[in-house]
Amino acid sequence: MLLLLFEQFLNGLQIGLLLFLLAAGLTLVFGIMDLVNLAHGSLYMMGAYFAAVFTQWTGNFFLGALLALPAGALLGIIVEVVALRTLYTRDHLDQVLATFGLILFFNEFARVVFGAGGMAIELPSWLEGQVEIMPGLPYPSFRFLIIVVGLGCAGFLYLLVQKTRLGMLIRAGASNREMVGALGIDIKLLFTLVFGLGSALAALAGLMSGPITTVQIGMGDNILILALVVIVIGGIGSIRGAFIAAVAIGVIDTMGRAFLPNMLGSFLNPSDAGTLAQALSSMLIYILMAAVLVLRPAGLFPAPGR
Amino acid sequence: MPALMHKPVTTMIAVALLGLLALVPIAAEAFDDPFMLTLFTRIVIMAIAAVSLNLILGYGGMVSFGHAAYIGIGGYTVGILAHHGVHAAWIQWPLALLMSGLTALLIGLLSLRTKGIFFIMITLALAQLVYYLGNGAYAYGGDDGLTILKRSDFGGLIDLNHRPTLYYLCWAVLVAALYLCYRTVNSRFGMVLQGAKSNDRRMATIGFPVFRYRLTAFVIAGMVCGLAGVLSAAFTDFISPAMMHWSRSGDLIVMVVLGGMGSLFGPLFGTVAFLLLEEILSSWTEYWKIVFGPILVLVVIFARGGIDGALMRGQANILMAGCAGFFLLYGVHSAYESDWLIPTAILAAAFALVWLAKWLADRRASAKEAGHV
Amino acid sequence: MTRSSFKTTLAILAATLAALPLAAAPAAAQAAKKIRIGFVTTLSGPNAAYGQDMKNAFELALDHMGRKMGGIPVEVVYEDDEQKPEVGKQKTEKLLQRDKVDFVAGYIWSNVLLASYKPAIENKTFLISANAGPSQLAGDQCSPYFFAASWQNDQNHMAVGELLNQKGAKKLYMVAPNYAAGQDATNGVKALFKGQVVGQDMTKWPDQLDFSAEISKIRAARPDAVYVFFPSRWGVQFYTQYNQAGLKKDIPLYSAFTVDAVTLKLQKDLALETYLTMTWGTDLPYAANQKFVGDFRKKHKDNPTFYGAQSYDAANLIASAVTATRGNLKDKDAVRKALEAAKFDSVRGPFKFGNNHFPIQNVYQQEVYKTADGEYDLRTVSTVLTAHQDPHAAKCKM
Repeated sequence: MLLLLFEQFLNGLQIGLLLFLLAAGLTLVFGIMDLVNLAHGSLYMMGAYFAAVFTQWTGNFFLGALLALPAGALLGIIVEVVALRTLYTRDHLDQVLATFGLILFFNEFARVVFGAGGMAIELPSWLEGQVEIMPGLPYPSFRFLIIVVGLGCAGFLYLLVQKTRLGMLIRAGASNREMVGALGIDIKLLFTLVFGLGSALAALAGLMSGPITTVQIGMGDNILILALVVIVIGGIGSIRGAFIAAVAIGVIDTMGRAFLPNMLGSFLNPSDAGTLAQALSSMLIYILMAAVLVLRPAGLFPAPGR
Repeated sequence: MPALMHKPVTTMIAVALLGLLALVPIAAEAFDDPFMLTLFTRIVIMAIAAVSLNLILGYGGMVSFGHAAYIGIGGYTVGILAHHGVHAAWIQWPLALLMSGLTALLIGLLSLRTKGIFFIMITLALAQLVYYLGNGAYAYGGDDGLTILKRSDFGGLIDLNHRPTLYYLCWAVLVAALYLCYRTVNSRFGMVLQGAKSNDRRMATIGFPVFRYRLTAFVIAGMVCGLAGVLSAAFTDFISPAMMHWSRSGDLIVMVVLGGMGSLFGPLFGTVAFLLLEEILSSWTEYWKIVFGPILVLVVIFARGGIDGALMRGQANILMAGCAGFFLLYGVHSAYESDWLIPTAILAAAFALVWLAKWLADRRASAKEAGHV
Repeated sequence: MTRSSFKTTLAILAATLAALPLAAAPAAAQAAKKIRIGFVTTLSGPNAAYGQDMKNAFELALDHMGRKMGGIPVEVVYEDDEQKPEVGKQKTEKLLQRDKVDFVAGYIWSNVLLASYKPAIENKTFLISANAGPSQLAGDQCSPYFFAASWQNDQNHMAVGELLNQKGAKKLYMVAPNYAAGQDATNGVKALFKGQVVGQDMTKWPDQLDFSAEISKIRAARPDAVYVFFPSRWGVQFYTQYNQAGLKKDIPLYSAFTVDAVTLKLQKDLALETYLTMTWGTDLPYAANQKFVGDFRKKHKDNPTFYGAQSYDAANLIASAVTATRGNLKDKDAVRKALEAAKFDSVRGPFKFGNNHFPIQNVYQQEVYKTADGEYDLRTVSTVLTAHQDPHAAKCKM
């Protein structure tokens, strides 16, 4: 039982870290540029498609991933320059409407270009296997890799934001955009860079989830709402907040799915228990968010000065 | 009529549009096209919901990303009662209004303490709770939803099974909702609401209980939207959690913003434009979203303040050219029938032209300005 | 009001007025005698490939008939349900009211069909399901205007239950999505399976794509066999994740509808050595089947799926009724009689309708194998259930 509990915790951690990769880019863009980018989910999907295509082309998952990251960043930069740049000064709602339009566009675009059937990303055989984390607990290697990459990425972002000059500008931008501009920093360039970084993170999330859930049209739509929940719980612009919130949501969701049906199953038939358990475990996430916002109206770690 | 005085074009077009909508059942009969009635019933019901959202979003600055929840509450109240054999509208409808009002009260109490994106997200979260409640209601079909076998019964007074009757009922509710919105906005209550949108601290300092005012508006909007849900259930004979999915709330926001938020008739324009565009484009090509998406982006970039904003700035001719061009295309399309590429290409070319014209006009305007200085 | 704004208003009004008859134009244009068929399936989103396959097969059937049924030209209107019940319902209403179709056909998903069937039945238009076969419509909600050219949901799953008995499985773990067809699936297996069900999970439909929590539970429960029902894209995801967890080699996997020609392109090796049941296969030795499969491969350079095969049958079923009634579709009773007779060459060979208008047919065990040119295909292993009728027929008063 304890072993199962630990395994389910790892599952939750892995889902949470995947969510973190997606949310990190979103919170950076939102925090610094004050841009609600619903199309972040589309960049996630396109990243996954890039990885699938490049993996097929090179025959190696890692080469494919290595090519997909800059491709994702480049696509993000193109989107920023063509469509989103004029929206920074606009109302959030205008941004929502425009990026909603982009989602529709990208979904159909992917269908026209890559076909309706979806794509699989082939892994090298050693990643298809399992690693023995503890005696008696084999864990899928690729899911383990997601945990490693997620933690590594969190560490990288922490160093980037806390220790580098770019990070300093990012932090400054999150609390007072005008001041950064007044100090003579090329805001346009900074924004484009940050957007590129965010897009690369979205692509990374997409290509890491591709081998598990396969690459499909519209794969970014529902997970985007979860990512928004994550960044709001964590506090807009806060990488640390996004990390904590993402892991919390991953673990809560998995634990709910894992144990609620059995608990309810003692007094309901399996199908009804399943229905109720699904609803309850999904509700837990939103209850968490509502509770956090009622107690701390700006999230767990609000950027100072906002 | 202060809110209407300075934009007669909008009012005239809106009144004309409402008049045209009133003719739909006759036209459907004349052209022997019952589907027209189905389509416009859906449009009118969604317009009611959009008008209610506009009251809090447009005038109150409260961006509720969970407005579809009230459609669900209204629909589910009727559906659940019908499932248990209660068909009397005198019980179903008031109870549905009460339930959606109570839900709005609860959501408002929790969410109105937050601002900006946090308000958007907390309304989303609470609406998701309602959505998953519908999902988990296994006795009422859970995910699959529930078919309503018998429509609300007005004791022979109004027959909802008669399609034109149902349509005119929806139409009347829409007009009533617009009137309610108009009266609310132009009352002292509405002034405070709009004042709080631009500066709530000032309003609070003057001595208005801003929170209570907002909450009241929130509940009114929820109840009107709940009524839209009741009508929707009566119209489709079917309820499912999908009617309160977050993307539905998103659609409502898009309709309001597209039409022009904070204008009385904006949501009406937005809903009609959104749903007609969807219907027509999707009959052209199954790839219609590849056209629809960029149209939304273009509207945001070029037509600030939505359709109503364009009308107010005297860009009605551009808008009209757009409409005329669109229906011209529809004619062209009918000639080419199943080929979607040609109309799409023409549409793209038309947009490129509009873009170019706009760019040239802007350049001339800025050159003029420079000359004056 | 200024003069120009008044003119603008007038012009917009005129444009909108002019548009109304245009919007109605398609309906007014149908004067010639034609058979009109509406076909509702999923043509956008992640499962568009299946809708496309059904459309291709339906078109192929029409080509084989020279696009005529009983000498009368046929016109088909395809509509996309976006896999959403309420959209499917709207599209069905459009077909009935605007296009005034004589038959509606298609429907992949049980929940979409359940939402859509009421308007068709009330309109007294025959609805021919080419895939979904929910238990409700086979039992107490059966209708004189509804026919399933495919199967009743339970049938394939009951065959899995029987297959499990044959292979001697004692402890079974079941995972299925939580919607109408998923519930039919688990009930179907339990109907014939004689062993013990040690665990059952119903996953969130259609959003859930990650099954790590369920797979961990399977490992902990140590069953003899695992049964899953995950149609289309979900099948790929479950098979991938089951293999990544290392369970494929330890616990045999049984399923129905989870492997087809589209998913196989992505599942590949993962689908080898799993136990599948189906009512149709590309290798069934009937002439109609060989013609269908051969021409489909020639035209689309690909294998048809069972969704396509059933759509092909649906087209031929409709054609048989049109021919038998000599195109007099106003006589609903005659059309119904002709449909009930099912006088057409099914790709499934022996095919007849039960009292509830669901097929009585064989269910086969299938397996995946690697062809000589390195591709993957399905082949039929044995007949599990012969001339099988679904268990809900008794509840249908028809």
